[in-house]
Amino acid sequence: MGRIGIAWRMLARDWRAGELKLLALALVVAVTSVTSVSFFADRVRQALVRDAHQLLGGDLLITADHPLELQFIAEAQRRGLTVALRTRFISMSRYGEAMQLTGVKAVSENYPARGKLRIAPAPNAPDADAGGGPPSGSVWIDERLAAALNARVGMQLELGAAQFDIGAILTLEPDRGVSFFNLAPRLIMNVADVPRTELIQVGSRVRYGLLVAGEREVVEAYKRWAKARIGRGERLEGLDSARPEIRAGLDRAQQFLGLTALLAVILAAVAIGLATRRYTRRHFDNYAVMRCLGASQWQLFWLFAWEFTALGLIASAIGCALGFGTQQLLAGGLTEFVAAELPPPSWVPAAQGVLLAFVLLLGFALPPLMQLKDVSALRVLRRDIGPPRERQLVSYAAGFVALTGLVLWQAGDAMLGGYVLGGFAMAAIAFAVISYGALRLIAGTGALGGIAWRYGLANLRRRASQSTVQILALALGLTAILLLTVTRADLLAAWRAKTPPDAPNRFILNIQPEQREPLARFFRERNLPPVTIYPMIRGRLLAINGVEVSAERYDEERTRRLVEREFNLSYMNELPAHNRIEAGRWFTAADRASGAFSVEQGIAKRLGIEVGDRLTWSVGGRSFTAPATNIRKLDWDSMQVNFFVIATPPLLERYPTSYITSFHLGGSHAADMNELTQAFPNLTVVDMSVILRQALAVIERVVQAVQVVFLFALAAGLLVLYAALMATEDERVREAALLRALGASRSQVTAAQRAEFIAIGLAAGILSAAGAAGIGALLAERVLSLPYWPNPWLWLWGPALGAACVAVNALAGARAALSRPPVTALREAE
Amino acid sequence: MPGEAVAVVGASGSGKSTLLGLLAGLDTASRGSVRLDGVELFALDEDGRAALRKRLVGFVFQSFQLLAPLTALENVMLPLELAEQGDAEVQARAMLERVGLGDRLGHYPKYLSGGEQQRVALARAFVVQPKVLFADEPTGNLDAATGKGIIDLLFALNAEHGTTLVLVTHDEMLAGRCARQIRLAGGRVVDGER
Repeated sequence: MGRIGIAWRMLARDWRAGELKLLALALVVAVTSVTSVSFFADRVRQALVRDAHQLLGGDLLITADHPLELQFIAEAQRRGLTVALRTRFISMSRYGEAMQLTGVKAVSENYPARGKLRIAPAPNAPDADAGGGPPSGSVWIDERLAAALNARVGMQLELGAAQFDIGAILTLEPDRGVSFFNLAPRLIMNVADVPRTELIQVGSRVRYGLLVAGEREVVEAYKRWAKARIGRGERLEGLDSARPEIRAGLDRAQQFLGLTALLAVILAAVAIGLATRRYTRRHFDNYAVMRCLGASQWQLFWLFAWEFTALGLIASAIGCALGFGTQQLLAGGLTEFVAAELPPPSWVPAAQGVLLAFVLLLGFALPPLMQLKDVSALRVLRRDIGPPRERQLVSYAAGFVALTGLVLWQAGDAMLGGYVLGGFAMAAIAFAVISYGALRLIAGTGALGGIAWRYGLANLRRRASQSTVQILALALGLTAILLLTVTRADLLAAWRAKTPPDAPNRFILNIQPEQREPLARFFRERNLPPVTIYPMIRGRLLAINGVEVSAERYDEERTRRLVEREFNLSYMNELPAHNRIEAGRWFTAADRASGAFSVEQGIAKRLGIEVGDRLTWSVGGRSFTAPATNIRKLDWDSMQVNFFVIATPPLLERYPTSYITSFHLGGSHAADMNELTQAFPNLTVVDMSVILRQALAVIERVVQAVQVVFLFALAAGLLVLYAALMATEDERVREAALLRALGASRSQVTAAQRAEFIAIGLAAGILSAAGAAGIGALLAERVLSLPYWPNPWLWLWGPALGAACVAVNALAGARAALSRPPVTALREAE
Repeated sequence: MPGEAVAVVGASGSGKSTLLGLLAGLDTASRGSVRLDGVELFALDEDGRAALRKRLVGFVFQSFQLLAPLTALENVMLPLELAEQGDAEVQARAMLERVGLGDRLGHYPKYLSGGEQQRVALARAFVVQPKVLFADEPTGNLDAATGKGIIDLLFALNAEHGTTLVLVTHDEMLAGRCARQIRLAGGRVVDGER
């Protein structure tokens, strides 16, 4: 029989004896939480790319100023890709006497290739998935066109030489994206009806588009094929960014999830360390006996190594399976927001899970196990030979370093990982120092009180270092539990509060300077909330520090597209409320005199702009240069009007400007919007409620998902508590038996232990309340950018929980000792 | 001499256990030498001595030293498994039958009486057919009647296997059953008569 065979048997026997359950459970919890989060993050990352494709209406878009050559369509169909057509032009639509310049999009019936059109039976009515483009003979118009023409669903509208039924109100076009600059009201029709309108003549300004979608590799191959054949006036468009509002929600979700998984891992590491320590202590004698029976150190080392390897493999396999299942649950709630079908997760998270199990075992189980090597075989003959010296915390340093590396890789967010690990490391050190000091102090007051109290406190003093370990572990476990219950609820509430139900759901664009006052009056008269109106000017970024900005300089497709487009610039003197300066300072009087820019953080990072860089812009055919004096962080969740670039007013005031605003439109004011579009026919009102609803729903679903993962971390926290309490259980049973043998009454035995435990429980509880408040504040402030005030209940819950945990444990331990004759308890505990 | 039974006697603290540790190669001395089956023990490293123990030595302890998570059968199988022998279970069963515990194979130590535990320990010691058996106060934790039963079994097995027995005890009656007694006091041999 080989060594592996014996190791398997040892594993089975230890398992049966319950020696490994805590260890295995801690491993499973750690692997499950990490893999479920990384499986999920992996899929969401892939889905976000898809989501971006939705904004394009397909995975790839070919546009041209002339009808596309048939070869593009034929080749895409030959490769099995979904193909949709779209033709865009501007025309006048007419209903009765009313006429309106309209952005027309003629589409094939299977349009769009990715994403969905959404339509409603009437303005402001609930919308639904359209399931494709409009049938021939029917058109769908947006709310603005309906208001401008005063037309309703079911009536007939004239477009060029043809008449069409108004089939529905169009509420969402995936490929319209967040660009508001298709300013005209919208109409969508069937591409087969275009010839009937006789609108497309030689010289008409028409943009033809071909949308394709399918398997990624096939699309990539087609893209290469098409790129080689693209002609003049034709363009290939790749992917654009996802809607920033939803992206922000998912990003924060991943932070929350990553954070929780991290907590679970750290806690599991503590639990594994404690459980293995106990395992080791209980195996000193067994190890010595096996040495007597002739096993060499090397042989025993391999046996234990194999046993723990097998345990690690089994636990990580179970953890990965559970993680995969949990991820399905998490993803289930989110599919409707990110894509029709989430792409299957890759195998990387599973590999991470297995790796994690082994890092945890090597880092936190190996140090106590190594102690076994130093066990003297002579121990079997002479009880006075104590256990080998513990290598103390130093031996865990390597494990901590390895864990840090793994966690940073897994979290993919150095800042988040750094804060959590750093926070816990600092807390652990502070807890250890404080509790050791407190124990010495308490021991000094030992002369007070009755015998039970004196005996209990004497125990604390005698076992100062072991009690420190126990307080430390208890405090860490309780910190996590408080963080996960009280602090978590506060953080989630703070996050929810960022996108309040009355967040703006309508944007008004194209406001002319002289309309600002009448518009404000319109709002006042109808008791609508007052609005802040921002100027908006289109401009192109020409150069950074004198170096010309061109798409070729950037690798990322998103960045390339960004610099090819015009930016929306605004100017103002005050920093908008939902913006925050991340670097540099807001405009000073001197800046206002000489001219300066404020740049949004994400864009600045993408384009490589830093504070002090000189930016050259072209606006209305003229160019000017000024420095960027600050980098701003935007709050996308707020749904407010946001600008990537803000200038000091003198720089832009002289250019023709239109204005933009956002506001919340309650259901009772729906009629006001029709009045608004009639009173100010040139205004473009964009209904963001669909997006807002999606953003809010994403948050809700993510909160649910986070709750699930929180359960794992909570489980890990409980395991730590349990392990911390079990660590001294054997000793407690023996002591209680000893006291009994010496004639102590039942109540004296429990009282002595109670004194010791209350001290430990209270100390751990107070430390954990401080830890949870501190870490919570740090996370809220530095990582999640949420406003947060520590919950005062922490200071009650922490000590109460701590005292309760140890009290229950003390009772259980005492009962175990008291329920049997002292001799039995003593013999077993020996 | 092979097959001989030797008792090491002396009061508590006289050095009996220390001597046993040295003879079994569990401990090393700063001076002198110990030869086990002709091999110089202190010339070997700890693993070398362990290999020698595996080949030659069996142990019986005062406190039984059975492994708590293992059943009686598994405790007896353990030395065979450590020696990587294939038919561990068959041999261990036979040995437990021999010590009268054929119906207790699946019991854990904590469900066995003291006498039963020591019989499992005897089975574990003899199952590897050791040349030398070291017994450290094998009846120290047992009442007189049970202790007598264990000693009878010990000597019976010893005779069956032709094992050399080194028995540490402070029980003069027990020592009297051995062919030779070595008396210790204050860490020195005061009487080594046959």
